[in-house]
Amino acid sequence: MTTENTEKRSSAFAYAPAPESRSVVDIAPSYGLFIDGEFVEAADGRVFKTVSPSTEEVLSEIAQAGEADVDRAVKAARKAFGKWSALPGSERAKYLFRIARIIQERSRELAVLETLDNGKPIKETRDADLPLVAAHFFYYAGWADKLDHAGFGANPRPLGVAGQVIPWNFPLLMLAWKIAPALATGNTVVLKPAETTPLSALFFADICRQAGLPKGVVNILPGYGSAGAALVEHPDVNKVAFTGSTAVGKAIARQVAGTRKKVTLELGGKGANIVFDDAPIDQAVEGIVSGIFFNQGQVCCAGSRLLVQESIQDELLDSLKRRLSTLRLGDPLDKNTDIGAINSAEQLSRITSLVEQGEAEGAERWSPACELPSAGYWFAPTLFTNVTQAHTIARDEIFGPVLSVLSFRTPDEAVAKANNSQYGLSAGIWTEKGSRILAVANKLRAGVIWSNTFNKFDPTSPFGGYKESGFGREGGRHGLEAYLDV
Amino acid sequence: MSEKPKNTEKPKNTEKAERQRLSVFKTYKLYVGGKFPRSESGRVYEVTDTEGNWLANAPLSSRKDARDAVVAARKAFGGWSGATAYNRGQVLYRVAEMLEGRRDQFVREVADAEGLSKSKAAMVVDAAIDRWVWYAGWTDKIAQVVGGGNPVAGPYFNLSTPEPTGVVVVLAPQESSFLGLVSVIAPVIATGNTVIVIASEKSPLPALSLGEVLATSDVPGGVVNVLSGKTAEIAAPLAAHQDVNAIDLAGADDVLAKELEVAAADNLKRVVRPQAVDYPDYFANPGIERLTAFLETKTVWHPTGALGASGSSY
Repeated sequence: MTTENTEKRSSAFAYAPAPESRSVVDIAPSYGLFIDGEFVEAADGRVFKTVSPSTEEVLSEIAQAGEADVDRAVKAARKAFGKWSALPGSERAKYLFRIARIIQERSRELAVLETLDNGKPIKETRDADLPLVAAHFFYYAGWADKLDHAGFGANPRPLGVAGQVIPWNFPLLMLAWKIAPALATGNTVVLKPAETTPLSALFFADICRQAGLPKGVVNILPGYGSAGAALVEHPDVNKVAFTGSTAVGKAIARQVAGTRKKVTLELGGKGANIVFDDAPIDQAVEGIVSGIFFNQGQVCCAGSRLLVQESIQDELLDSLKRRLSTLRLGDPLDKNTDIGAINSAEQLSRITSLVEQGEAEGAERWSPACELPSAGYWFAPTLFTNVTQAHTIARDEIFGPVLSVLSFRTPDEAVAKANNSQYGLSAGIWTEKGSRILAVANKLRAGVIWSNTFNKFDPTSPFGGYKESGFGREGGRHGLEAYLDV
Repeated sequence: MSEKPKNTEKPKNTEKAERQRLSVFKTYKLYVGGKFPRSESGRVYEVTDTEGNWLANAPLSSRKDARDAVVAARKAFGGWSGATAYNRGQVLYRVAEMLEGRRDQFVREVADAEGLSKSKAAMVVDAAIDRWVWYAGWTDKIAQVVGGGNPVAGPYFNLSTPEPTGVVVVLAPQESSFLGLVSVIAPVIATGNTVIVIASEKSPLPALSLGEVLATSDVPGGVVNVLSGKTAEIAAPLAAHQDVNAIDLAGADDVLAKELEVAAADNLKRVVRPQAVDYPDYFANPGIERLTAFLETKTVWHPTGALGASGSSY
């Protein structure tokens, strides 16, 4: 990104390109579905292409799962369930530990792959996604032989076949969130990665093979929403786990109505990041930036609504704008890149139209001077002021690098505004006053509250939403419940 | 009105010398927002015992009654969820005290409602009171059992605590008019939720009498709201209501359950599917599933500062 300011500075201090090498990853020209331990073609022979969002380069051609493939994969998972669930927990644990270790060994390769397929900066895949992916498998591996002590009574049983549908914003991390607890508790899985980011899940299939995981325990079905719907509807699926949009989550809740399928849903959010007048401004600015610009804002728990106390609004916005002017947007494989590409053309157009609506409704749009690459899907970091609670950009999830700024005068007003949302996934609180942190955290209707920090994740820590952000928790001891007959 | 009123037969047990006394009937009313309204619709329906003898006219609640109950439950939620767990435990225990005092009334109502002998009905009522006491004791323990500190790999204080989901609609079990009823109400309010309960369609009288107990037990108005009438008719608008957070389908059959689950998906209500609540062994403890079904887990992070190898950061 270049602005007048940074251009002036750049003469004295310029960044040289620092690209991560692509040679560590070997992407095949085509991939099959992973069913019963084998890569196979789709029953109807259909394929789709996955492209790199930063260049629009076609990375590979992928078999596209249809209804028949879903059925085949569920059968394989059902067949594998008997032996897998009967294994002593300590043995299942060892498989999960193997997977965790192989992920660590191959983490540089997977980080580059994820960046290529998703468009997010290598800095994030390398330092956030991959370490967390390995950590999730380590964490749940340790639970596999301790389920009697998890607080769900003695000898809790697995549910059977888990159908899992994950989004494109954290392809491998969401896979880990779903597969690690499912396997630890003795379930077998059929997982559908998103159509724009299928590659890391297919590489994970290879990791399962390296780990010697029994055939059919993990099945990966790249495909579109129709494959996901077929998986959710399949009568021999016992458990449905979904992360994605609230609209699809509601459709799933309707689909499973009247069945005995257990469901967990991790859906959208419109997180309020509340900055009080006594907050440490510089730290708050960093937290606001990571809250909304991490992963190009394509995060369900993003702090997309900034609520700032009126008395410090000007000062905070000046600092924030100054900070945004220093963000570097561009090649996601460059180690100095802060803002990568938007995941798909479709997502870019969704962001664009919501932002245009924001302007049309009278909010004031600001972006740092910013040169966007000519190829690929890009959106400059964007900040809206003059936003009211009635504005679409204050209510709807944008899922992009767009921050809406609102103000408040009293803590009660901040709480009321923060809670004025159909969503209830995350919130942030910035203040030096401990009692205020605890009181406000207590009143916020959200599943994750970050105070004086933002967007922190850990496998030991339950994550999930209130209200229309979905139900169930992933991570921690709580994350086991979704996969046990409790 | 079908048969001759049963209550009028009671005086025959009294001594002959005593003047034949006409008993006083009770008009059963809804319990909404701490008050005892008749149904807004003005409708009633006949409640009979298992042999078809008339017992009373119960209010036939309307959609408007259901919506009023949601407003009352929402209004009460802040105060009830914000009360200390210790206080909620005290209040719930107080309910058990009141129930004990009215034990004979409930034994009679349960015997009539379920066609049980007096001794069997007494056993059921005792089990219900004991179960209420059991849940009363959970209010200040559940957070320690299902919440706690998370050992995250970083310098953060990280705490998960359970919080009530909000306004919960409960379709009380159809067969078990009192033990089943208590088994679905007590866990919901023990954790700080407020509730709208639809009484057993066939046997609503114990539920309506429970409203009277709650009104005299320090339970704030609106925390429990009792509606009687046609379960399917009342449940439909409640399952679709945007200000209801969860629904317990204990009293729904499979067809109704599916219909309500579809409606509940509209704002992603938490749904508990139909399942037995009164257990073969009345004295078995029911587990904490119904407590946790209406809880959300909130995880709060805060930097702790840490002493790294390089020195102090706090």
